[in-house]
Amino acid sequence: MNLRATQTIFIFEMVRLWDTLIQSLLAPVISTSLYFIVFGSAIGSRMNEIDGVSYGAFLVPGLTMLSVLTESISNASFGIYMPRFVGTIYEILSAPISSIEIVIGYVGAAATKSVFIGIVILLTARCFVSFSIAHPLWMLGFLILTSITFSLFGFIIGIWADGFEKLQVIPLMVITPLTFLGGSFYSINMLPSFWRKVSLFNPVVYLVSGFRWSFYDTADISLSTSVTMTFAFMAACIGTIMLIFKTGYRIKN
Amino acid sequence: MNSKKNVAISIVGLSKTYSTGFKALTDIHLDIRPGEIFALLGPNGAGKTTLINIICGVVNPGTGSVQVNGSDIIKNYRAARSQVGLVPQELTTGMFEKVGSVVSMSRGLFGKPPSPEKIEKILKSLSLWDKKDSKIMTLSGGMKRRLMIAKALAHEPSILFLDEPTAGVDVTLRREMWDLILELRKSGVTIILTTHYIEEAEEMADRVGVIHHGKIIIVEEKIALMRTLGKKQMTLNLSNPLPSLPMDLEDERLKLTADGKQLIYTYDPKAVLTGIEDFFKKLNGHGIGFTDLQTKESSLEDIFVTLVGSHP
Repeated sequence: MNLRATQTIFIFEMVRLWDTLIQSLLAPVISTSLYFIVFGSAIGSRMNEIDGVSYGAFLVPGLTMLSVLTESISNASFGIYMPRFVGTIYEILSAPISSIEIVIGYVGAAATKSVFIGIVILLTARCFVSFSIAHPLWMLGFLILTSITFSLFGFIIGIWADGFEKLQVIPLMVITPLTFLGGSFYSINMLPSFWRKVSLFNPVVYLVSGFRWSFYDTADISLSTSVTMTFAFMAACIGTIMLIFKTGYRIKN
Repeated sequence: MNSKKNVAISIVGLSKTYSTGFKALTDIHLDIRPGEIFALLGPNGAGKTTLINIICGVVNPGTGSVQVNGSDIIKNYRAARSQVGLVPQELTTGMFEKVGSVVSMSRGLFGKPPSPEKIEKILKSLSLWDKKDSKIMTLSGGMKRRLMIAKALAHEPSILFLDEPTAGVDVTLRREMWDLILELRKSGVTIILTTHYIEEAEEMADRVGVIHHGKIIIVEEKIALMRTLGKKQMTLNLSNPLPSLPMDLEDERLKLTADGKQLIYTYDPKAVLTGIEDFFKKLNGHGIGFTDLQTKESSLEDIFVTLVGSHP
């Protein structure tokens, strides 16, 4: 393995992320704070507890997931799209480095940043609401798993996109609605039976549910199902990326 | 392993059709010798860049095979690519990164350990050392071009591809680039060069290949090519314009200009009988005088134009 090449990509991406650290952190922190002020304090104080958890605390896992998903996709897609756009991708492609090593470099950097942002958001949330973490290791595991999975998804978008507009389309038109409808602000058990069944087609439901379980030991869906579905989505992303590199789609064909 | 001795790059039956259906290369067979400067000439869209990009791993090959110092570019891509450096045609650089860090990054991508001494040596040889901490966006076009070369040399390749290295570069810098390329060759680097400036190939190349419509038309030693396909032209400025050529002077080698003021005689300077003596006797017989005479030998550019023109 050309580990040095993977390390080079990882460090290059982390330096790029470090250079934009302030806006990278400020944007999610500000938006999360606003959510807590509006939904947690203003509206949340008038809401009943959900599964024995105050509404403000109930929001914490969902809102963290919302930011982690968005940041993972955004960082990974931008990371691979920019060299394609500028043309410096030739250097990666002509280097003695395998497609797996390329993916580890880019996705690893994007996922690392997402985990970091997720932790910062949790710390921010702690300033507004009181919450506990029942299973800290599981929480960390879900955070890392989600960051990697959606960074892989972002990598696919970065390869697929042939313009900055397309880079924004999937996060805006698909991911944000899926996250909002994925139980970030409510328990899917509160939905009518039909819509609850429809929600089960939304992969974000499983992530939010599993992540929330790690906090409050209560979930809409069983833990094993959440973990299985997350791994299934990750496997689908890895399969798609393997196909992309095999065919050279949008890169080498 | 089907590798050849004394061959840096061996291309056998290489064809490439893009996903759009465009056939860029057709059955290319080509051997590049170690330590030579090989100039690949061809008009726009001939397939030069596709050929280079396939060898370097930037574009997937179609059919056929390519070996770099005996390593197949697909089966043994790590060994093949680690020996190759690529300077692409476009100025593809970032903007906000620093010169020194991007050259170091290029070295890292090829699995080489950091070496500030080697990076310093490369940057100094390209007159970029004093810019090592500058952001790329502050560099001039010529400096960016040199940076591209520095990046390609960062991992100390034994084979260097230069795709239009002096495009958009001023005359002084072009000369400096040529000197640099010749220096690299002296150090044992094999250089494959594509260029639109035929004088560049004429100045530096050991061998020349001409590619047209995705096919290699000819591969020849530059000197032999110029000797074989080169012609010489003699132009006579006539004392009095001629309305037409006299019957016994009509010859495919002789042309009268439209204004009737010049006669142009094309001949093979290496031929035993050039026909010059007979030509002058006939001129004298008709009382055709001339005030001046010039001779001109074909350049590589003339030969290139003739070759490409004969393969429409």
